[in-house]
Amino acid sequence: MPNVVFVHPDGAREELEIAEGTSVMQGATAQGIDGIVAECGGNCMCATCHVYVEPSQLASLPAMSEEEDALLNGTASERKPNSRLTCQLPVTAALDGLVVSLPERQV
Amino acid sequence: MLETDPPEHDRARARAVLNKALSPAAMKRLREGFAAAAERKVVELLERGSFDAVPDLAEAYTMTVFPGALGMPHEGREHALPYAAVVFNSFGPDNDLRREALADAAPHMAWVAESCRRDRLAPGGFGAGIHAATDTGEITPDEAPLLVRYLFSAGVDTTVNGIGAALYCLARFPDQWRKLHENPSLARAAFEEAVRFESPVQTFFRTATRPVEIGGVEVGEGRKVLMFLGAANRGPRRWERPNDYDVARRTSGDVGFGNGVHMCVGQLLARLEGEVLLAAMARKVASLEISGPVKRRYNNALRGLASLPLTIRPAGA
Repeated sequence: MPNVVFVHPDGAREELEIAEGTSVMQGATAQGIDGIVAECGGNCMCATCHVYVEPSQLASLPAMSEEEDALLNGTASERKPNSRLTCQLPVTAALDGLVVSLPERQV
Repeated sequence: MLETDPPEHDRARARAVLNKALSPAAMKRLREGFAAAAERKVVELLERGSFDAVPDLAEAYTMTVFPGALGMPHEGREHALPYAAVVFNSFGPDNDLRREALADAAPHMAWVAESCRRDRLAPGGFGAGIHAATDTGEITPDEAPLLVRYLFSAGVDTTVNGIGAALYCLARFPDQWRKLHENPSLARAAFEEAVRFESPVQTFFRTATRPVEIGGVEVGEGRKVLMFLGAANRGPRRWERPNDYDVARRTSGDVGFGNGVHMCVGQLLARLEGEVLLAAMARKVASLEISGPVKRRYNNALRGLASLPLTIRPAGA
């Protein structure tokens, strides 16, 4: 299974195996990553599964929808050019080694 | 947005307008005012000590913040709660609850219809924002008042019952109340867990748009499927200790607000109202106790209480 690394605001790193076809958010919530809240359960409606993606890996991600773009304007922590919602990132073999940083706050 | 399935294009346009009005960014602008109103309400009730948490807190708080956020006129707001009861009872079945609600509904429905017109809605509110989307052609002028009414209909009794559910849970599970009192930052999770635990919206119908198999059962095109949200939210295969109210639970994936393309468009607003109210309670109140008979309110679609007598004592006293 592909690995995804979550970097906490204090620098601590957690590496998870997440099954292909599930989202980065689903992998994180199922394995208890603090800092991914995902209130809406993956319906792209709440912006509480926000992360900052390692900039060099941004281009390997699927394109951002209008809905995700609009939601990112209301994130609790600052939106940056590498902001994404993890419910919109399905895990694929090509994403193995993805590194995402968790924001200070989700709500 | 809850059950209508207009042509894909129209649905997406209307949904986008509501999503924008109720977006996380819009919630940020409301938070401070909602929190101040919650604090005032809790302080007022602490002076009384004993009160009925359904009318005096859940209904009173929702009515303080929600119609104002929409920009609805002050005059006639006494129609709002009776109107809300009509909406959810009218889902049927065609029983006494439905017939009695509809028999007295006309003046309430007239006030709401009138209050959803563009010229009646205050600038800066959700209502004005929805009407403004007619200027850019996102929706038509005929659709705008219907969307405002839709939003109002969906946001009163649901929130009242959500807040009522949270207070009822916290009063019944004193160890959970203590956790919240010691750590008010759990307020949002405590509200969401109450939505899972009580599921104020118990059921919703869906219609199969094509033949489909669900759990080994063939469902034909056009057939109705009744979803029991309350049952899913207590399902033992999904939830550990499903019958415990646990403010520290990770609730992501509960279906209290539905799921999929028709998921509750006002979920962030409901969570904001619930969170700031429970946070104010957690900070200001040391203890809450049920101090009289708890009565259910029967409704065709909603689960909630008619009466929840509570006695609260101030923190630090």
